[in-house]
Amino acid sequence: MQSQLIGARIRDRRLQAGQRQAELAAAAEISASYLNLIEHNRRNIGGALLTRIAKALDVEPSVLRDGADAALVQDLQPLTQDVDTSQGRLEELVERFPEWATKLAAQRRQIEGLEQTLRGLNDRLTHDPVLSEKMHEVLSAVSAIRSTSAILVDTPDINAEWRNRFHANIDDESRKLADTSAEMVAHFDRLNQQGQGFVTPIEAVNSFFERRGYHIEELEHDSSAGIEELLANAPEFSSNPARELGEVALRRYARDARALPFDSFSDAVRARGCDPSLLADAFDVPLPRIFRRLASLPRTPDIPEIGLVSCDGAGAILMRKPPAGFALPRFGAACPLWPLFASLRNPGMPSRHIVQSAEGTDFDCYTLSTVKQTSRFDAPAVIEASMLLVARDGRSADGLPLGSSCRVCPREACSARREPSILGADSLRRLEG
Amino acid sequence: MGKSVLLIEDEPNIVEAISFLLERDGWTVRLHSNGEGAVQAVETAQPDVVVLDVMLPGRSGFDILRELRQGGAPSDLPILMLTARGQKKDRELAAGYGASHFLTKPFSNAEMLQAVRDLSEGRVPDLGAKAS
Repeated sequence: MQSQLIGARIRDRRLQAGQRQAELAAAAEISASYLNLIEHNRRNIGGALLTRIAKALDVEPSVLRDGADAALVQDLQPLTQDVDTSQGRLEELVERFPEWATKLAAQRRQIEGLEQTLRGLNDRLTHDPVLSEKMHEVLSAVSAIRSTSAILVDTPDINAEWRNRFHANIDDESRKLADTSAEMVAHFDRLNQQGQGFVTPIEAVNSFFERRGYHIEELEHDSSAGIEELLANAPEFSSNPARELGEVALRRYARDARALPFDSFSDAVRARGCDPSLLADAFDVPLPRIFRRLASLPRTPDIPEIGLVSCDGAGAILMRKPPAGFALPRFGAACPLWPLFASLRNPGMPSRHIVQSAEGTDFDCYTLSTVKQTSRFDAPAVIEASMLLVARDGRSADGLPLGSSCRVCPREACSARREPSILGADSLRRLEG
Repeated sequence: MGKSVLLIEDEPNIVEAISFLLERDGWTVRLHSNGEGAVQAVETAQPDVVVLDVMLPGRSGFDILRELRQGGAPSDLPILMLTARGQKKDRELAAGYGASHFLTKPFSNAEMLQAVRDLSEGRVPDLGAKAS
């Protein structure tokens, strides 16, 4: 999507710099008429020419090539359904007001999270057997009180025996109502303590890793010594289920860090690149550990953008680290075309693809599914799949087009689409320029 | 002898209030407080109207209703369902199983009396779409 907008970006930057077309053309060693075609997006541009123009405009080539933060643009994309605007205008917003755009995107994610929480609470209210029973008790008590008190009011000639009996019934039902109300409040308190705002413990653990940038410095050099402290202090682990899952994840992180120490592993990545099979051979460790370790590396200029997703045999997302340029759904089902899901059908068989995200970024995509080890005979095979995404330089002509989830995917004609996109009918055309 | 109502309800204070209301309105009220044996109670009492709670110990009011409509009672016996849940799907379920009328708790005394009177005189409201 970016390439179609490079020309417009060059023009914007040139005008901001106060340069005439002829001046920039001379600096970039091309004719003014050719620059004019480029600026009107009628010529593709890349490589050395892009570098020369970027140098003449005193910007990084990536600023012209990629424009606004692609991940941020993708984050804000769903909002465009409510506003009559173009992709270019959205990118302009992100480029000109990055702080506001970041805030807007954060609020959109928060709203999405709150909506999901609301749906979860609604499900809980509908299906929680304790709440259902208590609601029934409340309504029965209210019914009895309503009918009985109405009889007392509407029947002035009621005899003393009935009056006394009905008074006693109202007293009895009001006590039940008070007790049941207190029990409901206690039940809500328990639910609240368990939930802490996260719909699931998995989401709580993912939120912890997201907040920490997927790199837990405390566990890099001192193995598992810091786990208890992390569990005790992180607000994400305030519920028992989240703490239990968090402990499993942190202990695995510590084991990974012991097996692949940060300094030697990051040096190897810089020297050999991110191909997991090369790294697995070099360190003699299994691929899933290499996947996780790559995803824990902090982003630096010499280490590309890396993402990781894992799922169970039912396709439920267990771990998600979205790389810039490839939005991963926070809730709900993901794109069914992800090679992650295909790998579930071939446990133990790693595969590699070049994929292209809906944002237009290409990634090397490595997938592997493994069967969990068990010491029990005849136990069912429990499969877990992982998909590592490593950003590629440049564009590939045959990248497999993927989305995030159907709901926010602009690929209208996708044969795997399970529900309409909220991005609108012309979203793909806008993205493709 | 006046017309009779069989009230199948397990909450004693609701039973007492409804019984009082109906008896003052001239009805003979018979009682059954459990899901078990409710169909037999209908066969024995042969009431003009049945008032049937959904949430009963032992058996759901919907189950009892279904059995009554499958031959456990005369097909034109008016049956008024009482429930603490007034969702559309419950109303549709009641209609699908053959309820004549449906009141959601908490209901008013006037609603209850009017519903029983209407049913005994053959005035059956439209409960909406039938359940499959």
